[in-house]
Amino acid sequence: MINITINDRKIEVPEGTTILNAAKKVGINIPTLCYLEGLQEPGSCRMCVVEVEKAATLQPSCVTVVSEGMKIYTNTKRVREARKIILELLLSDHPWECNTCDRNQDCELQKLAEEHGIKEVRFQSVKERLPLDESTPGIVRDPNKCILCRRCVTVCQEVQEVTTLAPRARGFNTIIAPGAGDLLSEAVCVQCGQCSAVCPVGAISEKNDIDKVWEALDNPDKLVVVQTAPAIRAALGECFGLEPGTLVKGRMTAALRILGFDRVFDTNFAADLTILEEGTELLARLKKVLVEKDKKVALPMFTSCSPGWINYMEYFYPELIPNVSTCKSPQQMFGAIAKTYYADKIGKKKEDLVVVSVMPCTAKKFECEREEMKSSGVKDVDYVLTTRELGKMIKQAGIDFVNLPDEEMDAPLGISTGAADIFANTGGVMEAALRTVYEIVTGRELPFNGLHVTPIQGLAGVKEASLKIEGTKEEWRFLEGVVLNVAVAHGLGNAKKMIEELKSGKKQYHFVEIMACPGGCIGGGGQPRLTTDEVRKARIQAVYKEDEGREYRKSHENPALKVLYEEFLGEPLGERSHHLLHTKYFNKKDGTI
Amino acid sequence: MMVKKNIAQILVGIDSNTVLSGARKVKTKLITEISKQGLSDQIAVIETGSIGPVNKGVVIGIYPTGEIYGNMSEEDVAEFVQERLVKGRPYKKRLLPERLPLEVDLSTYDPRRTQYVGRIVLDNCGRINPEDIEEYIGVGGYEALGIALKEKTPQEIISLVRDSGLRGRGGAGFPTGLKWSFAAREKETPKYVICNADEGEPGTFKDRLIMEGDPHKILEGMAICGYAIGANTGYIYIRGEYQLSIQRLKKAIEDAEKLGLLGQNIFGTDFNFEVKIKIGAGSYVCGEETALLNSMEGFRGEPRLKPPYPAESGFLSKPTNVNNVETLANVAPIILKGAEWFRKFGTEDSPGTKVYTILGQINRPGLIEVPMGITLREIIYDYAGGISTGEFKMVQLGGTAGDILSAELLDLPLDYKSLQEVGHNLGSGAILIMNESVSVVDLLKCGMKFFVHESCGRCSVCRIGTRQMYESFQRLEKKIAYPDELENIEELAKGLKLTAFCPLGQSVATPVLSALKYFKAELSEGIKPHKIYKPAVRNQSRAEIIYS
Repeated sequence: MINITINDRKIEVPEGTTILNAAKKVGINIPTLCYLEGLQEPGSCRMCVVEVEKAATLQPSCVTVVSEGMKIYTNTKRVREARKIILELLLSDHPWECNTCDRNQDCELQKLAEEHGIKEVRFQSVKERLPLDESTPGIVRDPNKCILCRRCVTVCQEVQEVTTLAPRARGFNTIIAPGAGDLLSEAVCVQCGQCSAVCPVGAISEKNDIDKVWEALDNPDKLVVVQTAPAIRAALGECFGLEPGTLVKGRMTAALRILGFDRVFDTNFAADLTILEEGTELLARLKKVLVEKDKKVALPMFTSCSPGWINYMEYFYPELIPNVSTCKSPQQMFGAIAKTYYADKIGKKKEDLVVVSVMPCTAKKFECEREEMKSSGVKDVDYVLTTRELGKMIKQAGIDFVNLPDEEMDAPLGISTGAADIFANTGGVMEAALRTVYEIVTGRELPFNGLHVTPIQGLAGVKEASLKIEGTKEEWRFLEGVVLNVAVAHGLGNAKKMIEELKSGKKQYHFVEIMACPGGCIGGGGQPRLTTDEVRKARIQAVYKEDEGREYRKSHENPALKVLYEEFLGEPLGERSHHLLHTKYFNKKDGTI
Repeated sequence: MMVKKNIAQILVGIDSNTVLSGARKVKTKLITEISKQGLSDQIAVIETGSIGPVNKGVVIGIYPTGEIYGNMSEEDVAEFVQERLVKGRPYKKRLLPERLPLEVDLSTYDPRRTQYVGRIVLDNCGRINPEDIEEYIGVGGYEALGIALKEKTPQEIISLVRDSGLRGRGGAGFPTGLKWSFAAREKETPKYVICNADEGEPGTFKDRLIMEGDPHKILEGMAICGYAIGANTGYIYIRGEYQLSIQRLKKAIEDAEKLGLLGQNIFGTDFNFEVKIKIGAGSYVCGEETALLNSMEGFRGEPRLKPPYPAESGFLSKPTNVNNVETLANVAPIILKGAEWFRKFGTEDSPGTKVYTILGQINRPGLIEVPMGITLREIIYDYAGGISTGEFKMVQLGGTAGDILSAELLDLPLDYKSLQEVGHNLGSGAILIMNESVSVVDLLKCGMKFFVHESCGRCSVCRIGTRQMYESFQRLEKKIAYPDELENIEELAKGLKLTAFCPLGQSVATPVLSALKYFKAELSEGIKPHKIYKPAVRNQSRAEIIYS
């Protein structure tokens, strides 16, 4: 332990503690701007400087580690003046458009300016205005608002290892730019939106589709249905000041009705559908490999729910295309079913049905624009809103969200199981799939406490589990005694590590789940800011709680799904499924697409 | 090695400046003319590095007499040979007041008055042919390396360097022996020695002239350092514009390898050391040692967070020792002649000499090596030959990031301690001397323009602060500055000094704060008379608010 004093108060902290964290223990919050706990501690913005006795210059507290006897002052005249100068400099070229900014009231710079009592900025703007980058479906970049904290660069390069965003030019002319071009569309960007989730200001955000959704809601000729992803209900409350991990499914349902959606459905319904299709696909692949010795069938099979991962795979590992499940993501399965099965059922033309998704994700905005996603004949999903956008719509409508009564979702596409809930978490799709696959093969429940596959839960980057299949049913005898090896990776950097190990032959798996975002969808690029590991854990817990409180916890038990197969689809991997629920991928490595 | 029995030697300074003035042609003509007179076996014409004076065209020197001639043209050569070499009369038309360095007699040596005698770093510059390794060996070259490898342990070398009191000549003045000991105690291997030859400070070109004039001395210093810290690879990070230095260093490396002075089993010991050259792209901040490492590894040239220091985790995350060219040039002489000898030069706190490039409105601009602790007045009036036109007004010490000092500091000794005591800095070795025709605002503005261009863009205070100060100096120049302009500049400069990420950002404040200290009255002349109105509309520009 190290003894130090902070503002003359003695405190003992473990070796290796930074001044920033030590100060928290005596109730002092040192302001930060570029700092991202655990990810980026660059000491670049200089907001967090403090006075350390005997040091000639002020020390950045986010990176300076305490030493024995250190005397730290966090609120001296020099410190206050230095922070004020830094803020004034940052504000000198920051557009004064707070009232119309996407981040109004949710901006770290605005908050710091307020806290530090900035009443006048002595320095004049000298920067030329740069054009907005609205070139991609998911993300909008406003380089004018960028304060060059480089959080986006860190997540893009070090967490996701996609390296789209990088600083370009030097000094005052430095900008954060995508690849060698000026537009994100010209660069290799997977649209995961993690950059927009960490931006402290309004420089990177999701493309705003709120107005299009209002327009659809205002149109009396349209029937507007909404689906909400499993990760929304564990995070939406944060937009209204509720603690991370507060489950708000009932209040969200009520709010969506008040907003004017004609049917409040659930992506969870389609998640259950995905498990049936994908689980069956896995079994079919295993059979072809193990029994028919078909060399053309690739294992391991990779999940395909995460559109960020799909983009990444198409750009960086197109050789894995045969390995990736042909199943569409739940969002797109929902759209295809809504505009065919459901439209027919209620006697509506698919053209008059508008499908709105609420997703924790910016890549979903990209996904719904893909040419392949028109199996119903028209765009299967019309608009995608992020969690943050839904929060804004609810605020725009003046809804007192926190005090809303709980409501139930509509049948049939709002009916789901606990297996669908856990799609939100890293490891969730795998767990849900195992619950169903194991039962199909053995006729018995997955033999784990609470149906949880604990080794693949949690925030470790790459997780593995092995499951010995015993007591198989007659038709699955070929799987008797087989040890099923599965793995889960979340965050594309972790995915890359795992894929490289697979390719080098060090690891062998049958089934792999990959989610583009750290923590899975609960940590998606469209979730309320700022998603720290603490927040991730809280959301993950909430999702498991939701699952455990359900009547049905296995996808194949979903009663609405049984009806869907009886009335419409026939069987998993059947003719209609193939047409509506499965897709294909493209090699984008050589840049032809 | 064949000993050349010449009565006299004519040294032709071949460096980047003189080549452009036709030094090579003068050299060829000299050889022809001397041969015509039948003097070829008595007088050798030797190509060497910079002889010292700059702005004096082609410069040649004569040993043993020590005269230096400048502005030599091809047309002068015939007459020069006739007058000086045949008739033995000085060729007055081109004679310069400077003299070549001669042997030092330490018994009568006065550390405060060593004009033209007693050089350590530049000892061989302008005296030997830098492209001939045998000439370097002939003046005692590589002897220090031999002594180090065969007679001393690495620990003894480090102690010797520490005892000598040598401090880093790149600007910061960190004790060299101590720095070496940090890298030496690391267990991780491989380790690296890096010679920082990125010399980016405007007005400073001492390192270039050292490398052009005596490249082997750098290699020898690096090899000794490698032995001391346990490194087998050295890199010279050199800016790409230094073509002649690169060429000569490459030749020197090749020659040393041929003779087994670099490479495997040097001097028959089990010590191996190779030197490689990395060419930089001319970014100022890459002279900062951690930005240099980033650049060497192919990353954006931005400083890294310290700690970890390079000694712990440097090039490719391995223990690395980075020294400036001039620092390394001091190493071989120290090993050869001892710490005691080195301490006879300079002051107690700052032993040794310092190489300066002296520039500006002076009679004799050029490269000088003087003992630490001599005063600005001595440099200006003894070495630089006084002010060329007008009156002395100010001096900028240490390049664009150096202090701007007024006449009241002329008698301040130039060494680390004396300068530190009055809050100033020795800097990188450029001394810019100016008369009353130069305006402080102009000087600051030009300097700041450079920093705006060279700021890496990483930390906000340097990235934006330099640009805002540049705006301020432009307003001061146009005499439309705000009433609180100087206060704002001062606060901004203090902010930079206290909070910038790296030494570059911190040093931007140096010229600004010193100018505010000594030339505030002149700076105030740029402020526009005003009436202040309280701002009504926030979006109005400051100018509109203040002057409306």
